[in-house]
Parts: sequence; structure tokens; C-alpha cells
Amino acid sequence: MSPALQTRALGKRYGRGWALRDCTLTIPAGAVVGLAGPNNAGKSTLLDLAVGLLAPTEGEISVLGRDPWRDAGALGSVGYVGQDAPLYRSFTVGEAVEFARATNVRWQPTAAHEFLARLSSDRRISTLSAGERARLALGLALGKRPSLLLLDEPFARLDPLAGREFLQMLMDGVAETDATVVIASHVTADIERVCDHIVLLTGGRVRLEGNVDRLLASHRLLTGASRPLGRISGVREIVRRRHSGRQMTLLARLDRPIVDASWSVDRIGLEDLLLAYMTPEQLPTPRAHEKGPLRWHG
Amino acid sequence: MIEFHLEPRSGVAPYLQIVQQVKEALRLGLLDVGDQLPTVRDVVADLAINPNTVAKAYRDLERDGLVVARPGRGTFIASTLAAPSLEHHEMLRRQLKRWLEAAEQAGLDEESIRALISTTLREALVRRVA
Repeated sequence: MSPALQTRALGKRYGRGWALRDCTLTIPAGAVVGLAGPNNAGKSTLLDLAVGLLAPTEGEISVLGRDPWRDAGALGSVGYVGQDAPLYRSFTVGEAVEFARATNVRWQPTAAHEFLARLSSDRRISTLSAGERARLALGLALGKRPSLLLLDEPFARLDPLAGREFLQMLMDGVAETDATVVIASHVTADIERVCDHIVLLTGGRVRLEGNVDRLLASHRLLTGASRPLGRISGVREIVRRRHSGRQMTLLARLDRPIVDASWSVDRIGLEDLLLAYMTPEQLPTPRAHEKGPLRWHG
Repeated sequence: MIEFHLEPRSGVAPYLQIVQQVKEALRLGLLDVGDQLPTVRDVVADLAINPNTVAKAYRDLERDGLVVARPGRGTFIASTLAAPSLEHHEMLRRQLKRWLEAAEQAGLDEESIRALISTTLREALVRRVA
């Protein structure tokens, strides 16, 4: 199966600054991707490039095997929900559903429409709660039967309960339509529950990319007595080190299990892992043989 | 029917958490041959997790011969992990209880007991691997 989204040395410049640079990644079809990173890391720029709202300054992007900027036909199978679930606020729910049906050839009701039907169809969109509006926007995007669904900060305005309801609708939609999903969020806790693939952007560059299971399996926290660090058998790279008194904690990327009993070895959750890679003062010094941003090919 | 739960912070991959919960239920005799696992859609709706995760867990269990997928009907337990070890549980539990009493008499609090158990277990596992 061809990748849902692929970029090669992709870059976007605004004026003098690069919003995205040297971005090379492959999103496998069927993945649920967390596009993580702090504000202004380049997440929205990447999504805007993927839906042809922006033209690349350099490099290449291909969405479902086609160029989204030159070939607008590629976008028929791409669903996109921008920040704040943009909808015509003076429309009623019924009118919004009718509009979506009339403007999308692939339109087909999904389980999400059970929810849409429960929202009284003559209510104006401006009267819906943030959670209802988010799920309406998602339901409309799913009705398009997208092969690729892009969501930009869908949780930004949602309280935890509304966020969970949104995720449930999204995951049920994925089970129903087999869509590849990319969820951009600066709050990693929002996405760690569902994503099986991670793209972490910092400062417009890809900092970490890969399959979540493999990333979790290959990283460990090592805690032990402070000591000068030589080679630790099994450790491929020390991502971050912290000292506290006589004890030190290392976040390490492994290529084999640690058998050295002088280290206490613990797993690390995805959120903590992403935060460790995100925090600038804890970035490891790039080694000479590594070109460009650090990537995990999994 | 088994209900899964998810601990996102554990560092254990979500699919592995589901695999482990099924295996634990099998070891404890809470699931038996012929029992049905919840459908992928049900788990997704219940936990708000990725359907790929559930499908991967079920595939893993099937590869291990623990469950069998019957198309159109669901996923069923095909074999159990309980048989050989379950009968020893009671005796081991009694021995562990005696050890815990001794630890308490020696003045160890709960935290120290946990720390001692986990370091000893880790050392034993490391020796087994090495």
C-alpha cells in the first residue's frame, strides 16, 4: 500500500524565517499519527501543505500518491478539520449536513451521524457547545469517507469529557472507514492514548519520527549512582541526563536490553518521552556522522 | 466478558497492555476456553483507543494460539495458561505471606518491602537473561 503522506526535504519559508525545513517523513496508510510539538513548531504549516493551502518553498510532498498543490483532485479523499472546528455559524445543523452531502460526491452516512441526528437539526451552529461543534465538524469530515483525515489542534477548546467523547467518535470513525489520521496537538497527553505513529516537530524540523510501539520498546530510563559515563552495554544513545545529588537518571535509546544490574531500568510513557525530546536544553549534541535532524526509522 | 483498561503513562505499549490483561486473566482462570473477547469496535468505543491497537493485540494472541478469530462471530479463547501453575498458587501465596510477616517483624515498611522485592526480582531476571 502506498503511503498516505510522504515528504522529502520539504520546506516552507515565510519572509526570512523557515516555518518548516528539511522535513522528510513517511506516514504509512492506516496509521493514527500524532503530530506533536510545541507552538510554532511547524505542525499547522505541514498540514496546510498537505491540503494544498500552501505551496512548498522547497522539497516535495505527496498525499495519497498525488501532489496536493498542483493536483487539487487529490483532495477529494482528504478530510481536514482546522483549528476551532470552522463551520458556518449561521447555518443550522441540518443545513451544514445538507451542504456537506451536496458538495461531496463520496458522502455516505457513518456512525458519527447517529450523533449528528441526535443534535437537533434546526439548531444554529452558533448555539452548539465547543464539544458539539467539534464533533459536528468531525462527523462532516468523516461523511466524506476520507482516506486521509487531518485534524489541527482538535482538543484546544474542549474540556476533558468533551475531548474523550471526540476521541471516541474519531476512533469509531477510523474503525468504520479505515482512514489514515493525523492529529496535530501541542498537548501530548491528548494524543498519546490513540496514536500508533509519532511525528515530533521542534523549531520547524523533524525531531523524532516512528512507530510508537517501537519507540517505547527502544527507550528506557536508567537510574543509578552518579558516575563518569563510559559506554553502557546496550545503550545506543543518551537522549537526556539528569543529576540529583548522588543519583543520576538517563533517558537512553537502546539497541539491546540492559543487563547491567547497577542500573535500575524503567519504561517511559509516550508523553514523557516526547517531552524529553522536546525540551531544548536537554537536546543531545548531534554527533558528527549524523546529518540533519535526528530521526527514528521504524 | 473481560473489560480492558489502559494505563497511558506506564510505558507499556497499549497493544501489549491488552495482551497482558488477557494473559493475566487466563493465568488467574478468569477467562476460559470458549469465552468471547469483546469486539474491536466495542473496545474502541469503550476505551477511545485506536482500532489498530486492538486488532494488533488480538493478532498477537492468535499467533500465540491463545485465541481464535471466527470471521463474522468474534474472537474466542482457544487455550488457557492456568493449568500447570494455578495449583501451586496457594502454597506460594502462603510462603510469601510468611516472608512478608518476617519482613514486617524486621521493621520494613511497605515501601521498603516493595523496593526489596523489585530489586531482587530484577536481579533474578537479569541472571536468567545473562
